[in-house]
Amino acid sequence: MTTQTAPSIVPDFGDGKPTGRKLAIICSKGNLDMAYPGLVLANAALGEGVETHLFFTFWGFDMITKSRMHDLKFTMLGNTATHMPQGLGGLPGMTAMATHMMRKQIAEIGVPEVPEFLDQIVASGGHLWACRMSADMMHLSEDDLYEAVEGIINASDFIEKTEGAQLLFI
Amino acid sequence: MPVTTIAGRDIHVDDEGFLTVYAEWDDDLAKQLAANIGIDLTDAHWKAIRFLREDYRAQGETPTIRRVSTVGGIPTKDLFTLFPNKPGKKMAYVAGLPKPHGCV
Repeated sequence: MTTQTAPSIVPDFGDGKPTGRKLAIICSKGNLDMAYPGLVLANAALGEGVETHLFFTFWGFDMITKSRMHDLKFTMLGNTATHMPQGLGGLPGMTAMATHMMRKQIAEIGVPEVPEFLDQIVASGGHLWACRMSADMMHLSEDDLYEAVEGIINASDFIEKTEGAQLLFI
Repeated sequence: MPVTTIAGRDIHVDDEGFLTVYAEWDDDLAKQLAANIGIDLTDAHWKAIRFLREDYRAQGETPTIRRVSTVGGIPTKDLFTLFPNKPGKKMAYVAGLPKPHGCV
């Protein structure tokens, strides 16, 4: 050590006292805007050393389905937070335009698209799980899903795997 | 703003211990900061630290894990190995910078 006269102020990174904190995020939406909250929170949790599991179910399956994950959409319809007349959202081409604008806004702040975001989450140690019931309903198998999905599991399996976890349903 | 003694020098830090004066940092200090959190610096650590220092100087903010990976060219997985559990904050601490503020 050095010739310190007073103890250094050292940030507490929580090393040496594992908290056992776990986070489980259920992603049930397939809209572009609703894909991000789960991804951002998973990424943040992993960066804080929290064991993180994502479970993709129902429309959230689009986030991990190879043929769709690159093409999630955002619509103004039913979303009053755009503060635009609802009728506008139903006009031809409006969903494409709104999606284009949102993608641009997301890219501008350096946030990746969904597939690349999943890459990052997996590289950070995150676990991805696909819902058995959704796979059966949509007639999809592991071959149809993003490679890093660890498995298609049922709801009980997920509950078992995430024992003691804090849970977010999105 | 607290002043603490690191490697025999008075260093300005915030309440958590992150350095607040960019110019007070140098390589020797980095070694001590790393030692404070149980890290022995290798060339791979230095590559990340140099990127953080440069990027902060150019951008005025501490890069996030994603930026160190995509712009700095160090794979995310490696960052989690080099600076376990909380790579973003640990890198910033050793590089003498504030915690990253970006969400992603």
